[in-house]
Amino acid sequence: MIDKVNLDPVVDVQNISKDYSGKIAVSNLSMEIPAGICFGLLGPNGAGKSTTLKMVYGVTSPNSGDIRVFGRDVTKYTRETRSRLGVMLQEDVMTDALTPRQNLETFGRYHLITKLDLSKRVDWVINFMELNSHADVKVRNLSGGFKRRLAAAMAILNNPELLILDEPTTGLDPAVRHVLWSKIRQLKAEGKTVLLTTHYMDEAERLCDQVMIMANGESVIQGHPRELIKSELMPEVAEFDCSETEEMKILENIEEKSLALRSGDRLMVFMEDATRVLEAINQFDGGSRRPVYSRPANLEDVFLSVTGLRLGEGQ
Amino acid sequence: MSVSVRHVLSVWHRNASMYRRTWKLNLLPNFFEPVFYLTAIGIGVGAYISEIGGLSYVAFLAPGLVCVAAMNGASFEVTYNVYIRLAYEKTYSAVITTPVTPEDILFGEVLWAVTRATIYGGGFFIVASLFGLVPNMMAVLAIFVIPLTGLLFASIGITFSLHMPTIEFFSFYFTLFLTPLFLFSDVFFPISERLTGFWLNAAEVFPLLHPVRIVRSIFNGDWGLHLLWDLGYIVVVSAILLFWAQRTIKKRLSN
Repeated sequence: MIDKVNLDPVVDVQNISKDYSGKIAVSNLSMEIPAGICFGLLGPNGAGKSTTLKMVYGVTSPNSGDIRVFGRDVTKYTRETRSRLGVMLQEDVMTDALTPRQNLETFGRYHLITKLDLSKRVDWVINFMELNSHADVKVRNLSGGFKRRLAAAMAILNNPELLILDEPTTGLDPAVRHVLWSKIRQLKAEGKTVLLTTHYMDEAERLCDQVMIMANGESVIQGHPRELIKSELMPEVAEFDCSETEEMKILENIEEKSLALRSGDRLMVFMEDATRVLEAINQFDGGSRRPVYSRPANLEDVFLSVTGLRLGEGQ
Repeated sequence: MSVSVRHVLSVWHRNASMYRRTWKLNLLPNFFEPVFYLTAIGIGVGAYISEIGGLSYVAFLAPGLVCVAAMNGASFEVTYNVYIRLAYEKTYSAVITTPVTPEDILFGEVLWAVTRATIYGGGFFIVASLFGLVPNMMAVLAIFVIPLTGLLFASIGITFSLHMPTIEFFSFYFTLFLTPLFLFSDVFFPISERLTGFWLNAAEVFPLLHPVRIVRSIFNGDWGLHLLWDLGYIVVVSAILLFWAQRTIKKRLSN
């Protein structure tokens, strides 16, 4: 006997488009998010990430295309869908005059959680998000990090199957980011599906099983972060400052296949073996050029190569 | 999407629990305002007025001030407070990520404004009765006009709030709309005795006039079909505005 496994994606987006009075926000976008994974929407500001999220939780409707969440059309079953998901917005939108505990109790009522369950549930999320020390301090007196923990606590209060996080760690210090990352990993380990947006590539590499890079409202590329790095770029990068004429001279004797990306004076050369470039630089000016270093290619490089090139094309 | 009573109540509950925390601060200024009018104008100025429609001036003033208390209670709630939640704190953006819909928010806010109007109007009614200004047992029926007054001004105020580009516009609402209503809606003098012809008919547009007229008629035992016009005005105007507001709040929160 084979166990019946539900293979339907938790979020199934097909060819959605959205414009705001003629200005295109999202264009012909598709994505499928299977249960239990963490899916990252990456892209520069204004790429359409937040609009896509809003359409997934049904606050905004697409002009065309289909969105199914938990197998059902979100524009028709909005209330039910939202009872099974939790959203952490980009901005902190809790009530300043209330404490985290009071904010959570209010939020629980919107989910129609009964009084007895609510106090248990509130205690649980306060504990889980490590908010205990500040649970009864007015929100207006909380630091940014504690506000974000509260925002996350509000998103998981209803024990959602799908967690939607819009730039969960933007503007936070590294310690708080690590706390939030570990919480997200724990929630994923419990079987929750996570959909997040970020413009931090390290965050995406750490958390996401699959990413989609967006630019100008379109999907540019989708896949597993490490596979994207492998398929899009050579494994190593040499990074250094040089002018365009110097670039030609340094790279003229390198026969190996390479890709060079330039941003101002900074040049990144992607190769199988980046030491070849370092040697070429040394030959060119006798080792006086600093800083020069080589490193493995990462998701940020993929991001820059796909969005950067597209931005270039558009200009 | 539709309106769900339980979700509407959850929005109402949020405001009620906020209010419970600060009611002493909130209640006092709003509550005393009509009491001051009653004493200063009713008893002070009233001493120079022999009688008006067979009543002492303070007795003439009481029914109108019941409605003014209700109007103020509802208006503060659906103007500044709603606008702050809509545009500054953005609480509504978080609320609509839950099963609560924009329509639930609208009706929850209106229901809460009606509740506050009832607290203020009811409080003033009690004060008026302590002053001996509620003439008979039948006059107690006027209490039912208080939430209706609240509904009317909650509907007007929230429709205004949803269309306001900036918070500064509320000073227009209060000084150019509510203040003239307060002064020219049968509260201080019977406009039917001061206006004639076209102007008398035009004054029917004034929303506060209608609840004031109903409460005064009940106080005077003047029951008649004319009350249906005033009642109809309140119900129809509230319904039209709420229908409009429902469409606006959906649009504002869905983008």
